[in-house]
Amino acid sequence: MSLKLRRRREMRAALLLTGPFVIVFIVFFLYPTLRVVTMSFTNAALIGGGDWIGFDNYAKLLKDKLFYTSLWNNFYFVLLTVIPTTVIALLIALAVNKLRGRVQALVLTLFFLPYVLPVSVVTMIWAWMLDFQFGILQPLIETVTGRPIAVFKDPNWVMPMIAVVTVWWTNGFNVLLFIAGLRNIPPDLYEAAALDGATAWQRFARVTWPLLWPVTALVLTLQLILQLKLFDQVYLLSKGGPFNQSYVVLMQMYREAFQLNNGGYASAIAMVLFITIVIVSVLQFQLLRIGGRK
Amino acid sequence: MTAKRARNLAFAALVLIAAMIWIFPLYWALTTSLRTEGRIVSDSAGVLLDEINLAAYREVLSTSKLARWYANSIGTSLTITGIVLLFGMMCAYALSQLRFPGRRLLYLLIVGSFMVPVPALYVAQFVLMSDLGLINRAWGIILPQLIVPVVVIVYKQFFDAIPKEMREAVLLDGGGEFTLLFKLYLPLNWGITAALAIITFISAWNNFFWPFLVATSEDMMTIPVGITQVNDSFGVAYARMMALALLAAAPVILAYLVFQKRVTEAVMISAGVKG
Repeated sequence: MSLKLRRRREMRAALLLTGPFVIVFIVFFLYPTLRVVTMSFTNAALIGGGDWIGFDNYAKLLKDKLFYTSLWNNFYFVLLTVIPTTVIALLIALAVNKLRGRVQALVLTLFFLPYVLPVSVVTMIWAWMLDFQFGILQPLIETVTGRPIAVFKDPNWVMPMIAVVTVWWTNGFNVLLFIAGLRNIPPDLYEAAALDGATAWQRFARVTWPLLWPVTALVLTLQLILQLKLFDQVYLLSKGGPFNQSYVVLMQMYREAFQLNNGGYASAIAMVLFITIVIVSVLQFQLLRIGGRK
Repeated sequence: MTAKRARNLAFAALVLIAAMIWIFPLYWALTTSLRTEGRIVSDSAGVLLDEINLAAYREVLSTSKLARWYANSIGTSLTITGIVLLFGMMCAYALSQLRFPGRRLLYLLIVGSFMVPVPALYVAQFVLMSDLGLINRAWGIILPQLIVPVVVIVYKQFFDAIPKEMREAVLLDGGGEFTLLFKLYLPLNWGITAALAIITFISAWNNFFWPFLVATSEDMMTIPVGITQVNDSFGVAYARMMALALLAAAPVILAYLVFQKRVTEAVMISAGVKG
């Protein structure tokens, strides 16, 4: 077989093999990505074209008080979830890692199980757990505050409780990552440390923690990106209320696009989230590269 | 030594109790779903699973459109899983084994797409689906969910690791690239294929935001969207709500419990790719 013929065959095969994926990728991903960018410079309704209005949507955004509320709530939610879930997941992983055999498998299953549930199932269960009249957690709340509280209708309680629900739901994923990280630490390092007479705390501080740092950085950034995309739980538990206390960026995008019919303005809101997450991802990449060089 | 053993046992018991507390909401949902509505709101309702009454399940199954939503969820999730894996492995094979112009660009685009937050595209994707006349259609739910770049990257890594000699042997026998992929590369990677299939299926089944936007008629809804509608029509009905929630979650819970190892494997590998 001539080289030229072989090259031609290879090219044809490549075209046939990549074609289906590339078409789907261009039509349903690249095109919408460009479309969001261009729509954000128009006054388009959701359906049907609009006129080019330059940066007007972005100028409007800078003056939109509700947008600042949304941004703040996203930031607040990140504070409430990212570091707590990382710490909780690390503690659980360390504990699970010490167990052996069937007990370990069972415990891991129990901690991971919530992660596979659909979000609306999670919110239904927690709405019942925290039900104002009959919720099983209300006695607990009562011992702290002296009275039962409709948590998702209370401006102070709404975000922290959505954070609790979210951590419960997504924590299993982080536990798995930490366990994978712990298993990658060579056991002879611990043996050497034990021979040198290191205490349990020293073993953690000098061996486990430094070697686990790349995984920790990964968990932190993946969580940051995930929690910035908050929508489902808020929509299902509080619809952004009360008094906009749980209103977040994607909630505002949803309302502008699908309830107020402002496709252009909603796209500008989406762009802010888009750019934020791209920046975080690039920073994460740089951070991990620096970490890798050490 | 016995003191150490006792300490280990106590530690295991402690962790087990913590795990039980962690899973309590699910247990409590189950307990609630098996009681009568009257009992739930009475003072006699303790935390023990002391009653097995299937009335709530029977009523939910007969009064809601649950069967319809199951069918929609199974249909869309299976289609998504099948297409994502097939297109993904084909593209990954080409990226891994063939030389062609645009190869590097394609790879960079796929890796770069990790950075894009998908919900930010929903407005534009909705407009596109509307242009294509796919609002409230199964394909409208499916098409935007076909972008799962992790699958391509994971397959590529596994294909890269296969020794070139095996490839040469098939080529000498007169096999083409498709023969190579489906007779050699795929069979060598059934394990990772199963793992990717299960997490793709679970995440398609669980997706809420997109189906919620595109399926607005009750007959087109998937399970996670549909059950939120019942919420509004039942009023206060705790046992029925919990029965509904558990029926909605049952397929993914079962899939996880049966294929636990694969799920764990897939989560670890795909997270590693993102790092």
